[in-house]
Amino acid sequence: MNLSLNRIKSQNQMTNIYIGSALLILSILDVFLNSFFRINISGSLPGNLSIFFPLILGFLGLSYLRTEYSGYKFLDSLNKNINTTNFNAFLTLFITFAILKAFPPALSWMVLDANISGDTKEACTGTGACWTYIKVWFKRFMYGMYPNELHWRINSAFLLVIGLGFVGYFFKENLKKYLALYYVVIYPIIAFLIIYYLISGGSFGLVWVETGAWGGLSLTFIVSFFCLIFCFPLGMILALGRRSNLPAIRYISVGYIEFWRGVPLITVLFMSSVMFPMFLPQDFFMDKLVRVIIAITLFEAAYCAEVIRGGLQALPRGQYDAAKSLGMGYWKMHIFVILPQALKLVIPGIANTFLALVKDTPLIFVVGLAEIAGMLALAKTNPKWLGFAMEGYIFAAIIFWIICYAMSKYSYNLEEKYKTER
Amino acid sequence: MNNKIKRILPQLLTILFVVFVFGFFTINAQVNMDNRGIDFGFGFLSQEASFDMQFTLLDYDGQDSYLWAYVVALLNTLLVSFLGIIFCTILGVVIGVARLSQNFLIKNSAAWYVEFFRNIPLLLQIFFWYYAALRALPLPENAQPWFGVTYMTIKGYYIPSMIWENLNVFMSCLIAAIVAIIFLRVYAKKIQEREGKQLPVLYISLALITILPLLSFLIGGVTLDFEMPVLKQLAQTSFIFEGGIALPPELIALVLALSLYTSTFVAECVRAGIQGISKGQKEAAASVGLTPNQILKLVIMPQALRIIIPPTTNQYLNLTKNSSLAAAIAYPDLVLVFAGTALMQTGKAIEIVGITMLTYLSISLAIAALMNWYNKRIEIKEK
Repeated sequence: MNLSLNRIKSQNQMTNIYIGSALLILSILDVFLNSFFRINISGSLPGNLSIFFPLILGFLGLSYLRTEYSGYKFLDSLNKNINTTNFNAFLTLFITFAILKAFPPALSWMVLDANISGDTKEACTGTGACWTYIKVWFKRFMYGMYPNELHWRINSAFLLVIGLGFVGYFFKENLKKYLALYYVVIYPIIAFLIIYYLISGGSFGLVWVETGAWGGLSLTFIVSFFCLIFCFPLGMILALGRRSNLPAIRYISVGYIEFWRGVPLITVLFMSSVMFPMFLPQDFFMDKLVRVIIAITLFEAAYCAEVIRGGLQALPRGQYDAAKSLGMGYWKMHIFVILPQALKLVIPGIANTFLALVKDTPLIFVVGLAEIAGMLALAKTNPKWLGFAMEGYIFAAIIFWIICYAMSKYSYNLEEKYKTER
Repeated sequence: MNNKIKRILPQLLTILFVVFVFGFFTINAQVNMDNRGIDFGFGFLSQEASFDMQFTLLDYDGQDSYLWAYVVALLNTLLVSFLGIIFCTILGVVIGVARLSQNFLIKNSAAWYVEFFRNIPLLLQIFFWYYAALRALPLPENAQPWFGVTYMTIKGYYIPSMIWENLNVFMSCLIAAIVAIIFLRVYAKKIQEREGKQLPVLYISLALITILPLLSFLIGGVTLDFEMPVLKQLAQTSFIFEGGIALPPELIALVLALSLYTSTFVAECVRAGIQGISKGQKEAAASVGLTPNQILKLVIMPQALRIIIPPTTNQYLNLTKNSSLAAAIAYPDLVLVFAGTALMQTGKAIEIVGITMLTYLSISLAIAALMNWYNKRIEIKEK
């Protein structure tokens, strides 16, 4: 500690700091002991006062501590960050105490009093959560009603699809120009074939598993994957259509986009399940899952189109003029000059659309596809496992939160990356 | 010549394609409906609906027509959206401002609130509140009163209802007060522009809005009574609350989930709006001698609102569309009642899904049109 500073500090200020920290520590200790060890220091005080006692104590402590400059690093950063005014001090205490109070019950429910052993309901004897339920149903939540011994087919299909997605990175320089072609046309077809032949089966000696048995988290991935790869090209065409100078094409695109953006997804799903079969020729059967994927694709394409349009509009006019002055036609200009730049601009926006898409997929539950929300509803009503709705929803919420949080962070990073490059 | 073909041919092909798709669907629908013996038409709307709804704002019973069921269900949807919008705005503004706080703890708690509720699918949140959290509430007989007169139970939230006498007198007084305030504001603005004098608009307005309705109680013969919810025993172990207004748990779960989820987006809009105002604006306003209140009212807010309002309206629209998730927990909204029950009973898939989509579409387009008009109005006119 700097000696000269110590000398400047008046005796008065030091006393204030001692009193303040004593009061603050006392108030925090009171709440801490109260919530963790159920010891109530201020219990002897009359009813209402005992609740507000730590709050008043801490508030006084913080106001004693508040000084311009004290020379202690910790105290100064405390004053600067959480103790600037009376109001701030009050909010600080309130949040700290709320966290201290809420932490022990949450901890004991989720970990200390929870059960995970055994594999029947009877194993759950504690007052906390029953993670046994999650453990027993885990495979169902992940793979739906897909036969247990065939799960390797889903796993290997996903691995193959992900692996093929990375193939683009290893393209040689002379193959680079086919990259877009690969991702927009070839990759979706291959992915579809892989999922069809591996997960559906029915040939190559694999047993046929109907789509009604698919479910759980893997169905979320399948639906969002297909919707993404199909809605992107459709959205691109619609975005170009909306910016076209041919009136018929423009009005049709605008009508399409505004229509799908104006209706809730749930009605679209209802339409796909009850109305769409009426529009198909007789004896023509389309699987429910396929209908749902088509519906979500058409729906998301409208949102995708708006994002891509944003990218197209952000390009300076000079790019169009330059391309035209080189004698390029409409398609040549867009494929070689405009789209490569515009699409790079909209990558973060597309990532956000995809995030919304993943968050929307649990909705397919309302038309009877047992996605993870559907499996939870099924497990919740199972007579052997009644009364564990809380655990189930918290589990699903954690899984979705991890996926969506990771995606949103990734899209934020992309945004930052492309912001600096321009 | 060549150019003309280049312009016309793609348009012609697109129109042909659209016509072909629509024609194909129409012909198929015709054939399918003929085969199943269904005919197209809206005559069913006047038939007796003969199903019940758990929760309605207007009087409704099974003898009413499908059209009336549609109106009642639409009102339920609008009620959820309205409540959701109010709560998400309050929460969103508080959280958005908190995210810009200097206080480390407040800033981070607000940020975590946003990250937490934004990244969990709305449907799961609704299910969580409805199936898990609200099921943990006490039974009616064990319920402790909240604020003395309201009861939160597993069967819903019971609040006292108001019984008015001469409500129309009260309402006309209220409307008169509001009209007077509007006139006052216009007049005060005129005075200020002409003579530079400032009237204490706020105080006069407050006085008007309290005194006029109060007068209606004293002179106009308006009376107000409260009907309290009272616990009633139906059988040995079965209790319910009677009297007052009962808000069903479906409504509570829906409003909770919708407002918590949407408030995160509103908070981000508010934050972006406030951050979008440069510091110089505030300093410039202070340097010409405006008070902090005036700075906020005359300089910061008008500019921030221009950034905040358009995306926020978009979020309100999303909330209204998301309120259709009510169907998943059996809250009688438009989708559940009309696209669910009514469709099952009549089998008129095309008409009913069409009406439902058209309803949402017209709400969306109306709000979008309003927004465009507003954007045009507040646009910064650059020379």
